[in-house]
Amino acid sequence: MGRKIKDSFLLGLIYLTSFLSVMLLAGILLYVFVRGFPGISRSFLTTVSSARRGTVGIAGNLVNTCYLVVLTLMIAVPIGIGSAIWLNEYAKRSRWIQMIEFATETLAGIPSIVFGLFGMVFFGTTLGLGYSILTGSLTLSLMILPLITRNTQEALRAVPDSYRSGAVGMGAGKWHMIRTILLPAAMPGIATGVLLAVGRIVGESAALLFTAGSGYLLPGHGRGLLHKVRESGGTLAVQLYLSMSRAEYDAAFGIAAVLLCLVLFFHILTRFLSDRMGCL
Amino acid sequence: MNKHTVAGIVVLGLMAGILRSLNGCGGREELQSLSAGEHGSIAMAGSTSMERFARIVSECFMEEHAGVTVTTEFTGSSAGVEAVLDGRADVGLCSRELTKEEQNAGAVASVVAVDGIAVVANTDNLVRELTTAELVGIYTGRIRDWSEVGGRTEPIVVVGREAGSGSRSTFEELLGINDCCKYANEVDSEGAVMARTAVTPGAIGYVSLEVCNDTVCRIDLEGVEAAEETVRNGTYPLRRYFFLVTKGEAWEQSKLVQELMAYLQSEEGKKLIRMAGLVIPEK
Amino acid sequence: MERFLQRSRARRIEAAAECVFTACAFLALLAVGMITLYMIANGIPAIYQVGIKEMLFSDTWKPAARDPSFGILYVILTSITGTLLAVLIGVPVALLTAVFLAETAPARLAEAVRPAVELLAGIPSVVYGLLGMMILNPVIYRLEQRIFAGSKTHQFTGGANLLSAVLVLAVMILPTVISISESALRSVPSQLRECSLALGASRIQTIFQVVIPAARPGIVTAVVLGVGRAVGEAMAVSLVSGGSVNFPLPFCSVRFLTTALVSEMAYANGLHRQVLFTVGMVLFLFIMAVNLVLHAILRKT
Repeated sequence: MGRKIKDSFLLGLIYLTSFLSVMLLAGILLYVFVRGFPGISRSFLTTVSSARRGTVGIAGNLVNTCYLVVLTLMIAVPIGIGSAIWLNEYAKRSRWIQMIEFATETLAGIPSIVFGLFGMVFFGTTLGLGYSILTGSLTLSLMILPLITRNTQEALRAVPDSYRSGAVGMGAGKWHMIRTILLPAAMPGIATGVLLAVGRIVGESAALLFTAGSGYLLPGHGRGLLHKVRESGGTLAVQLYLSMSRAEYDAAFGIAAVLLCLVLFFHILTRFLSDRMGCL
Repeated sequence: MNKHTVAGIVVLGLMAGILRSLNGCGGREELQSLSAGEHGSIAMAGSTSMERFARIVSECFMEEHAGVTVTTEFTGSSAGVEAVLDGRADVGLCSRELTKEEQNAGAVASVVAVDGIAVVANTDNLVRELTTAELVGIYTGRIRDWSEVGGRTEPIVVVGREAGSGSRSTFEELLGINDCCKYANEVDSEGAVMARTAVTPGAIGYVSLEVCNDTVCRIDLEGVEAAEETVRNGTYPLRRYFFLVTKGEAWEQSKLVQELMAYLQSEEGKKLIRMAGLVIPEK
Repeated sequence: MERFLQRSRARRIEAAAECVFTACAFLALLAVGMITLYMIANGIPAIYQVGIKEMLFSDTWKPAARDPSFGILYVILTSITGTLLAVLIGVPVALLTAVFLAETAPARLAEAVRPAVELLAGIPSVVYGLLGMMILNPVIYRLEQRIFAGSKTHQFTGGANLLSAVLVLAVMILPTVISISESALRSVPSQLRECSLALGASRIQTIFQVVIPAARPGIVTAVVLGVGRAVGEAMAVSLVSGGSVNFPLPFCSVRFLTTALVSEMAYANGLHRQVLFTVGMVLFLFIMAVNLVLHAILRKT
């Protein structure tokens, strides 16, 4: 009898807490969308804020976010994949592997504000890059490196050993084998890691405030598109923080809703890809 | 030649192309900026209190000078001055006097505008006027309830800025309550003070006049309203200067920076200062 | 001859590839080393100037005063208490929700809830802060006014206090902890459950005495990441915690290590700035310690 009471109590507790947390989470999503959507209009998405006319637009921040995502991935993805390849295919001494895996884990655990400080001091001041998208990208590259490395490693591990021995048995060099057999087979897993990283970049603000800065202008203004990477650029998440601390709630919730849509999009893409990987 | 070699060559070619276009664009730009004097960029960094002012100025300056980019960074007075001294920014926006160390490091400040610091409260508040003594009492924690200054019974939530902020040091300096304020909330920007004051019943805070809007209500000090007129003629006690900071004297600056400085002195520039809710300094 | 050349070229490419990959791998090590070095190099000078006793064991934080004092004891205590409380509240709730999703929920419901939970893990932390400020703070303020009604000594915080910060942090770690512990629970082989049920254990007993222990490593990882997120969270907390330096009591306005960095770094100069780097160093060492401890635990299990 006692057991039955205890069981139903625990079961009740499970239902209660999960109901609470699910409601809470659903409520948060709903609230953001309900408050955010009225603020989204065509001019909100396609123009730049003007202090003189008092209009709000996030086009510059959208473009900055794209710049930052592309540049960060261009830096971090090759390094992350290379690192995973070495750990999985080349490394022989387990001490090194352990150390590097530990370093990767540590990187994953460092809070983003510490990355921000380091980025500001090292890339911004020591290397003299100042507040720029480049500084932000370099900082974020360090932050997402573990995500890419770990996902690539998982994907490489999932490739059956027979692929490797088969290729090497036919006389292929190791790099040749990796390039033509391992990487294509591991591609969906790598893509999952990349998309997770994109989600992280899009949502990041603490690491960017002191590195990429808060510029909100569109590139151009007589200069090349590539020049933008040396200028400051606030991403959507940074602008969200700034809008909020300026008490512009409508703009803040509008940006939050746009961000949620982006995260949702990448999320669906990630699931799609990981499902595909599951089929392979 | 197998397939991979071809692929490799294509990739190499592409990379070379990108590199060349990068170089090319840099070179062309340098030429242009030398010949026309109209291309280039100015980086401004500094106080969040000067944000609206700086955004308006940069917007209008860019409209007048096609091809010039003015970037603005609002990370705080100290960070702005430091950025100027490090060479990361050309013009610093500073809402307090320069410190000895900063001056020794070569920073030079020039006054651009005068700003009033408005005392603001939640809109539900009935109190619309305070004496300086009452304000001091509230901020030092002696007066803890609105009923003590003629409002309804409601605890006072004292909102202020974080240590190091220009608004905070000016406010405390002018009231003579340096380092003995008892803040319930210390927040990190003008807007955050506004936000806190707007959502918290019984809150009191101080913000730069240019940031102030209808989400909060202004409190008159000694019967004087915080407004452009009273700030200019000095009857409103809480006022301070806004500075532009450069590394070295104004004539040592690049042509563009000098042009910007001159622009702010012109009639057009004065109009912008007023538009930003600021007061033009006398002299 | 041509064959020979081609082979030597191939060998050179192989060697180059290996070099590049090795470099990539060691970059992570280099990055961690550099970050450690920079955080320590920037954090140490202020300790020398202020004195380690004065800094770590004094409770007055007046960095911009004429006679400045840089005691960060309360800030450190706040970070520790805040994180602990948030984990104490958040982890059980998250764990039970994970149990619900993995074990007891109807399959359809679980299918619908899971993506929503994962989506929440991707919401920028600023949004949580925004919601905390607009919805949670007023509620907490009403509670505060009720509890401290008529108090002459309590400084009213308007709802921006440790309690709000803890609640926001607890909610923020939910998605991470839920989704990782749920997948850990799922990966427990079903034979274990069947055996337990066949031996006469009830479903609840099976869950709490067989499945959860079997999923322990995964759950530990989930908690680790949750702790990491709670310790390192800056933006959301800075909006709801009040920001004055006080002893961490539930209804006091408090400042975390992270909020000290986010809000003061912008305006600080001179020694104040250097002390903030020391704060950064303390935060960094804190995280490293947490990582090392959990690494040790993980290896044991």
